Amino acid sequence: MAMHNYPYIWNYLPLVLQILVALGLACGMVGASFFIGKHKNSRTKAGAYECGMDPVGDARGRFSVRFYMVAMLFILFDVEAVFMLPWAVIFRRLPQITGSKMFGFYEMLVYLGFVAVGLFYVWKKGILDWSAEKGDL
Amino acid sequence: MSPNVLALLPEIILTITGVLVMVAEPVLPAGQSRKPLGVLAILGTLAAGFASWYQLGFGTIHAYFNTIQVDSFSVFFHLLIAAIVLVTLLSSLDYFEGHASHAGEYFALTLFGATGMMLMTCSVELLMVFVGLEISSISTYILAGFRKGQASATESSIKYFLLGSFATAFFLYGIALAFGSTGSTRIDVISQNLASTATPTLALLSLALIIIGIGFKVSAAPFHVWTPDVYQGAPAPVVGLMSTAPKAAAFAVLLRILFSGFPSYEPRWASLIWIIAALSMTVGNLGALLQRDVKRMLAYSSIAHAGYLLVAYTAFPADGIASACFYTAAYAAMNVGAFTVITQIGGYRENVRTIEDYSGLALKRPVLAAVLGFFLLSLIGIPFTGGFFGKFYVFSAALHAGHVWLAVIGLLNSGIACFYYLRLLASLYSRRPAIEDNLFDGITVTLPAALALTITAAATLLLGIAPNQVLSLAQRSAAATAPGSANSTTNASR
Repeated sequence: MAMHNYPYIWNYLPLVLQILVALGLACGMVGASFFIGKHKNSRTKAGAYECGMDPVGDARGRFSVRFYMVAMLFILFDVEAVFMLPWAVIFRRLPQITGSKMFGFYEMLVYLGFVAVGLFYVWKKGILDWSAEKGDL
Repeated sequence: MSPNVLALLPEIILTITGVLVMVAEPVLPAGQSRKPLGVLAILGTLAAGFASWYQLGFGTIHAYFNTIQVDSFSVFFHLLIAAIVLVTLLSSLDYFEGHASHAGEYFALTLFGATGMMLMTCSVELLMVFVGLEISSISTYILAGFRKGQASATESSIKYFLLGSFATAFFLYGIALAFGSTGSTRIDVISQNLASTATPTLALLSLALIIIGIGFKVSAAPFHVWTPDVYQGAPAPVVGLMSTAPKAAAFAVLLRILFSGFPSYEPRWASLIWIIAALSMTVGNLGALLQRDVKRMLAYSSIAHAGYLLVAYTAFPADGIASACFYTAAYAAMNVGAFTVITQIGGYRENVRTIEDYSGLALKRPVLAAVLGFFLLSLIGIPFTGGFFGKFYVFSAALHAGHVWLAVIGLLNSGIACFYYLRLLASLYSRRPAIEDNLFDGITVTLPAALALTITAAATLLLGIAPNQVLSLAQRSAAATAPGSANSTTNASR
């Protein structure tokens, strides 16, 4: 790539284009639905969206701890997938980096083994079981 | 054995045992005793301790792309942490019996925490240190709230979690700035690049942030505010563990970072440590004077002891490391011992809380009172106890390094400390006002707990009579960490 024959700031041109595209797409979609779509406003539809919960009410309202459990599990297994992605990208170069043919492969196996043990634990603890009436998880 | 496996052998053993315990917990029927899991955890801890001892024969081992360095320094702290965890597990083997359904997780989390602490002491790369710090911290956050259903336990756990995470963020920011200034997160490379860095101010800022983060973890003075509340609400055996083992690991990390990573910045960080040490000693001891709750009092005492320990850090480069290592061991022995006694007296409900509650213990349970009294004397620093030699080495190191005023402040503080320890001791041996009070009737000291008491009392006594064994080990570990020490042994990375 030719360098220094244009001002440094031009390096940010792709970023500016990206922002413009993102803005255009968002405004276009919202605007198009505003002009083209039908408007039938009901009380529920105009209310704030709160993941299916009543947005107005007592702030000390109680809801099941399972919401948090599932959220935590989601984060855990999400992070697991995030770890695997960079590993997969450089998988072919791992023997060269680590100096051992199978080291990188076994490391990932160990990691997946731990995740599997975690899944087993969660399963046995009954956290995936939504139907059971359990007072103390 | 590949150097990678050899270097992390104790951690691997602890992890596998911890996973086994964790998986066994939900498999066992609900009502069944979890004591076998505790026994398994104890065996795993013993095996990890022996593995660390085994590593000592291999000299310095470098592993995992030079992020792990096993030397006599890391082995010293590995053995110390293994011993603390062993005593904690022994003393809490019967603690949850008939009270909580989560005893299996308690043992597993203790082992995972120990893994993190051990990893901290053998890491020579800041991100690896951070990983170890997180493993250890997250385990202890959960352990602090283990008396489920008790408001104080939940308060303790939440406070510890929020403030601890905040402190970890400081530490992480410090690592980021160190990388920005020196181009590396490896402690040895940082020390090399520090001389030629274009941004010395940034390096100094990173060091300050790292000291703040670690200062939080060891509850040194301006960062100590969480300690009394957390220690008051957490289960007594857990307080014994988290007032010693994670602190020992954090002190080891601070030693490595200051003495191996930033030796050329010594004049600057030494004055910072000087202030923190003086403040910790004073705030801890004055705060302890005002406490009526024994666990809160010992929390303030642990702040003061963090201050005594930091005095050793100002003795750069020679005597500091060895005296700091020795003090960590002596403090661990007496503090875990004191909390083991408190565990036995209070039980799961912890209904013996204030200094007045302890009055008359010597009449009902003379042996327990005598052992607790012995630990209190050691915490004061009376001769023939580990606490005496710990303080002796620390203050003489400070004097050798020319920090006369810091030593004077420390000695004055030791005088103040006598008052509150002796107040509890006097309470133990005074007559109980209400004769028909049956507060101490439920105390049963089981065999494992008796073993734990014997180990800690023997260690405290041994460190006070014949400190040479541990001191020579501490000096060997000091030689491995001292600035400019040649690491010429087995360099087999990967």
